[in-house]
Amino acid sequence: MPEVQLVDVTKTFEKGKIVAVDNVSFRVQDKEYFSLIGPSGCGKTTLLRIVAGLVQPDEGEIRIENKLVNPIPPEDRSIGFVFQTYALFPHMNVWDNVTYGPRVKAWGNKERTRIGREMLEMVRLYERLDALPSELSGGMMQRVALARALAAGAKLLLLDEPLGALDAKIRFELRYELRKFVKDLGLTAIHVTHDQGEAMAISDRIAVMRKGKILQVGTPQELYMKPQHIFVAHFIGESNFLEGYITEVDKNGSLVKLRGRLTVHVSDKTKNKGERVVLMVRPETFKMEEGRKKRVNSMFGHIEKFRFEGTNIRYEVILENEDRIAIIRPTLIGEWFNVGDKVTVSFSPNKSYIFTYPSKGLREELTLE
Amino acid sequence: MKVGERKSGRKIDLGDSAFTKFLDSLSSKPIIRYMVYSCAVVSFFGLILIPPILGILLKWNTMGQIFENPDLMSRATTAISSSFAIAIFVSLIDLAAGLPMAWFITRGRSRWLNVLDTFTDIPFVVPTVTLGYSLLLFWSGPEGVSSLFEGSLVSPGWLLIILLHFTFSFPVVVRVMVGGLLDYERTYEEAARTLGAAPLTADRTITLPILKPSLIASFTLAFARSISETGATMMVAGAFENGPVLINNLKTAGETGYEGALVFVSFILIAVSCLMFLVIRLLGTRLKIPLKTIRPAIERKLSDHGVVTLRNGVTLLIFLVLVLIPSLFVALPAIQAISDGTINQAITATGVWEGYWQSLGLSYFVGTIATILNVILGLPMAVLIARRRIGTLSSTILDVLVNVPMIVPSIALGISLSFFWKSFAFFPEIWLLILAHMSITYPYFVRSAASAVERISIDLEEAARTLGSRPFTVFRTIILPLTKYSLLAGAIMVFTRSISETGATLAVVTELQTVPVLLVSWVKPGSGMSPSQIGLGCGFLIVLSFIILLILRLVARGHQHA
Repeated sequence: MPEVQLVDVTKTFEKGKIVAVDNVSFRVQDKEYFSLIGPSGCGKTTLLRIVAGLVQPDEGEIRIENKLVNPIPPEDRSIGFVFQTYALFPHMNVWDNVTYGPRVKAWGNKERTRIGREMLEMVRLYERLDALPSELSGGMMQRVALARALAAGAKLLLLDEPLGALDAKIRFELRYELRKFVKDLGLTAIHVTHDQGEAMAISDRIAVMRKGKILQVGTPQELYMKPQHIFVAHFIGESNFLEGYITEVDKNGSLVKLRGRLTVHVSDKTKNKGERVVLMVRPETFKMEEGRKKRVNSMFGHIEKFRFEGTNIRYEVILENEDRIAIIRPTLIGEWFNVGDKVTVSFSPNKSYIFTYPSKGLREELTLE
Repeated sequence: MKVGERKSGRKIDLGDSAFTKFLDSLSSKPIIRYMVYSCAVVSFFGLILIPPILGILLKWNTMGQIFENPDLMSRATTAISSSFAIAIFVSLIDLAAGLPMAWFITRGRSRWLNVLDTFTDIPFVVPTVTLGYSLLLFWSGPEGVSSLFEGSLVSPGWLLIILLHFTFSFPVVVRVMVGGLLDYERTYEEAARTLGAAPLTADRTITLPILKPSLIASFTLAFARSISETGATMMVAGAFENGPVLINNLKTAGETGYEGALVFVSFILIAVSCLMFLVIRLLGTRLKIPLKTIRPAIERKLSDHGVVTLRNGVTLLIFLVLVLIPSLFVALPAIQAISDGTINQAITATGVWEGYWQSLGLSYFVGTIATILNVILGLPMAVLIARRRIGTLSSTILDVLVNVPMIVPSIALGISLSFFWKSFAFFPEIWLLILAHMSITYPYFVRSAASAVERISIDLEEAARTLGSRPFTVFRTIILPLTKYSLLAGAIMVFTRSISETGATLAVVTELQTVPVLLVSWVKPGSGMSPSQIGLGCGFLIVLSFIILLILRLVARGHQHA
């Protein structure tokens, strides 16, 4: 069963002007569902195509089952690849598309028919085996593409934004089906997506990429609860960022002075006194009450915007020091607030994070380009 | 700073002249648009499509002459069969040789492949008369390959015709297939590779079937060219006769029954070609390329780097030996012309050279006028076809009819035109010439323009309209900028095709001489022209053609960098 390992892989384009993948190393365990996420243009698709053998790296090694595969062409790597655009052969019907892999590998007729049927029944499209790709919906095409990739008998499945072209509801349902197929068949999967919600829902581990580099690898819980890089904190889930500097550090934590002399207490004690930092608090962490109340880490402000989002309500609050924060509260739990209401917001010291202020500036560091 | 003004103070030209505004306001009136399209369609039928056909119909009753003359009839049917046999055979071997070349050019990685790509265009741009003479020298002449053997290796006749037709259709196949391969979505091939297909298997089972329209287009164009070519064929035919050669021989000899034979041969060539074209178009898409049998082990070996290099080497060799070197062989006597003083006579336009430069001037004049008129008349037609403004069925019919002049043998077309327009006795020869050239070259422009317009998403036009643009402004600011390179390519093809046109010219005019017609008279035995004179005459044409080719490449490359 394949374990995949990348060691110091680099890929540039246009004679080095564009660095798509910058010295990347990571390992995917056998039978793991592993996701590569990041903003558009971060290099995740290039990395996937390098694993597939569709692109040759400039430097570095790719190992599958501990065997160096750099010189091996894609047709000999025993992979299944699901393309973003599905790439269903337009001149072949569903059956011919799905059985293409077994056909080019010269499997016997019986074996071919068996696997074709099995895969199409698994994705619930056996009754459409005569249809041409042009006659199928997006969701159906995606399932045929998946069946085709799996029918060739590969144990390593590579998926390039497989759900990107589908509408939200179908995307939501299919993501779980994808994981189920992979787990039921005992495959190793590397899934590329820009949708962090999708990755979080179905992955065993996730790697967050930005500008060709891997920032952090971890389980969805680790990335969400213990982001090690400010961009990871920003990209995974939602965040509020407040600038300030450390005034005190002791065994209980640190004091952070924000704008307008507002001081808060955080449990993080890894930074130094006087250091410029960014405080991160997730919107769902804040507690909000009407009026002026004295609480741990209480800040006063007023509600500027109210947005109903179905499951949640999103408030935008302007604090007294003119910082803006977003607060999310469940729609059906607790009271609602109105625009203009004066409120006290507070958060727990151990549900916050501090990051060193980025040298290139906060805006630049958080940009999704 | 005002809106639209750059720092330097110069205004960005938004085309706000009074004339443009006038055209704009006209274009928003449906009646005006209707008139523009109607003019395009009417002039197509009236000037380009119907005259050739009508000319034959007017002389229909002369066909009796051929039915009364069994010898002539048998000669005509043999010639016609030869034409079709050669055309089909040549088109198939052109595909067989052109496909690997196109693959080599698009899939290779060397920078020199751009150069190779340019060289494959040479036979298309060089006037066929020059090509014919060059091949004659190379294969039959004492200084060509025949010097390695006793006697001439390939004498004038059907084999030389095949070599000639193979040569001038080769670039067409390569051009169309390179275009198809460059436009082709490589994701399909990548998908096939990830499913375990060796490169050769992926090419055969996925790429080729998807590129079937390009294959059909290549075959059709090569076929059409072979059926219709006259000037060069005459040079290398010797005693052999295909359709166009027979027509010209009869015309020159002034035999009785000539008109009947002309009508008969022209009619059969036109009718069967059109039928073939229709059949190919309708049934071609249903043709299945055999892919049931896959032999992974063999195909994997054939995809091996060494085998591919060998294949590319053989392709290159065939191209050099059968296409490029024979095409350029005519340059040899031109070199001699530099040393024996002929070039001085040429440059000072003394003796025969005065007539040469006049002919050259006439060729370029006719070419320019034909190009301008074809662009003006062809553009609305292209938009009509591409945007299906008159309904899908009518647009498809028009689309098919536009190709007809390209298929019709140029000599037959010319003769028909001559029959038609001479009924209007007052027509000066120069206009007959221009109309004949317009007829033959019109499809090249409309084909290029229509496919370019079709590639532009209608969303762009609609976006412009919602932003307040009138139809003429949409055309001027959206369609034109996005299609200008295809339009330019189409115009250049029209121009170069017109320069090289011989057959129709021979049929239509008796006094005026374009440069291909002049060269045909020079190479005829007994013309008294020396090899260095003929070589130089052809050489000048080749150099000028090269310059046009270079401009084409620079313009196209400029587009790629933009």
